[in-house]
Amino acid sequence: MSALAPALPLPASAGRIGRRSMIRVTVMGYLSIAVLLPLAAIVWKSSGAGVAGLQQAVTSPETVSALELTTLASVAVALVNAVTGTLIAWVLVRDTFPGKALLNSVIDLPFALPTIVAGLTLLTLYGPLSPFGVDAAYTRWAVVLALLFVTLPFVVRAVQPVLHELDPEMEEAAAALGAGKSTTFRRVILPNILPAMLSGAVLGFARSMGEFGSIVLISGNIPYRTEVASVRIFGLIQSDDVVGAAAVSVVLLVISLLALLLVTGIERRTRRYER
Amino acid sequence: MNGRLALRLAAIGYVLLLLALPVGLIVYRAFAGGVPAAWQAMTNPDALHALWLTALIALIAVPLNAAFGVLCSIVLVRHNIRGKAFLGALVDLPLGLSPVVVGLALVVVYGRYGWLGPWLADRGYAVIFAVPGMVLATILVTLPFVVRETVPVLHEIGTDQEQAAATLGASPLQIFMRITLPAIRSGVGYGVVLTTARALGEFGAVSVVSGNIIGETQTLTLYVQDRFQSFDSTGAYTASLELAVLALLILPLMSLLRKKERS
Repeated sequence: MSALAPALPLPASAGRIGRRSMIRVTVMGYLSIAVLLPLAAIVWKSSGAGVAGLQQAVTSPETVSALELTTLASVAVALVNAVTGTLIAWVLVRDTFPGKALLNSVIDLPFALPTIVAGLTLLTLYGPLSPFGVDAAYTRWAVVLALLFVTLPFVVRAVQPVLHELDPEMEEAAAALGAGKSTTFRRVILPNILPAMLSGAVLGFARSMGEFGSIVLISGNIPYRTEVASVRIFGLIQSDDVVGAAAVSVVLLVISLLALLLVTGIERRTRRYER
Repeated sequence: MNGRLALRLAAIGYVLLLLALPVGLIVYRAFAGGVPAAWQAMTNPDALHALWLTALIALIAVPLNAAFGVLCSIVLVRHNIRGKAFLGALVDLPLGLSPVVVGLALVVVYGRYGWLGPWLADRGYAVIFAVPGMVLATILVTLPFVVRETVPVLHEIGTDQEQAAATLGASPLQIFMRITLPAIRSGVGYGVVLTTARALGEFGAVSVVSGNIIGETQTLTLYVQDRFQSFDSTGAYTASLELAVLALLILPLMSLLRKKERS
């Protein structure tokens, strides 16, 4: 598909070029003020401490512990999501039952519900006053729980359309050739939905690495135990250590940049494959 | 057939336990102290101000990002410029960014010791610990949504109709208003709904730049945290209920627009 401009030799082409560059300048200007300038500022600020200071800020035991917990929990959550998200997508596409539309709609709830509200309700449900007697508050499990809540839609919404497009004839052919259910899933379905699973899981991972609102109430933010990277940065800002906060931010920035690049790479590969 | 039933129950059970149950509980907790107490908590001036400020910020940030989103998508899809990949990455970046980092970035630019902060302060403008900073934070966090939903639709519709309109003598503005915009409407609509949801619920970024001054720079999400930490459970849950009701109003819109977009 051509992404090029309609190359029509219009008489008013001079005016058109003026309008086009005006649109470009508006877009670039908006982006520069809203995204580029703040991000450049943070990188610049983190370099204010020099290499030694930067290293010290990032390798302080509390920061290392927070980064470790965040990464570990995010990876765990991405893995769980890859499985449960695919399962939910499967049920939503291949199964029919009353209330399916409602279930489908509820999946988006974490995108619609403010994170602080999510955190508060999770605390009510799985905290000290839990009606089930499950008290996970102020533990590392609470962090995982909050992350599972906010990242639930990513894999579901990535896999769902792919499953929808998948031709059942392929599976029927596999079955006709004697493949069992698990073989069909492993050899026919999984290779088809794997890119979508991956990109959904990675997006969820990126989101988890930076999550703040849903965690802040339920985790208790105990240093060395339940303090995640975002909370650590928040704490550094509160104690007026802007340079330290900027240094940790740059670490998060690099990780999320890599994750986004990975997703773009996966999406580009799949698109090429489709052609 | 049994395996299918088990799968179905597992999927429904997981979603119920993780999503639906918590929301039901908010309602219960908000009214646990009786209806009059809940009403009083909702109509207290600080709560009302927080609600108003949340609406105000969304009303500024959402239209700006909607307009930018459409323009940016057009540049990304229809303009032939260098550095498009970079531009696309820049737009996507806030998706993976911690809201706290967003807030900090704004402090570094507009704060007391920031790049532009002192210059602006000399002219009597406060950005950090004031509403403009909170609007900027919301804009940054919600920037990608409209673009991400509009770009694929623009790709899909191609340029045939636009070219036909151009040969028939339509002006660029006419083409945009009568051909392009109607074609991308549902994509933009879905993006705007996502933007609105996130703008109403933004917490981390706003929390860093607001200073959390009660009755001044406190949005509804900040109010929830403040009330919770002051052991005012009714206040925290009634404000949460208001936000949850907004989310539940947004949810069917999401489903509707997503369905439209796919068909």
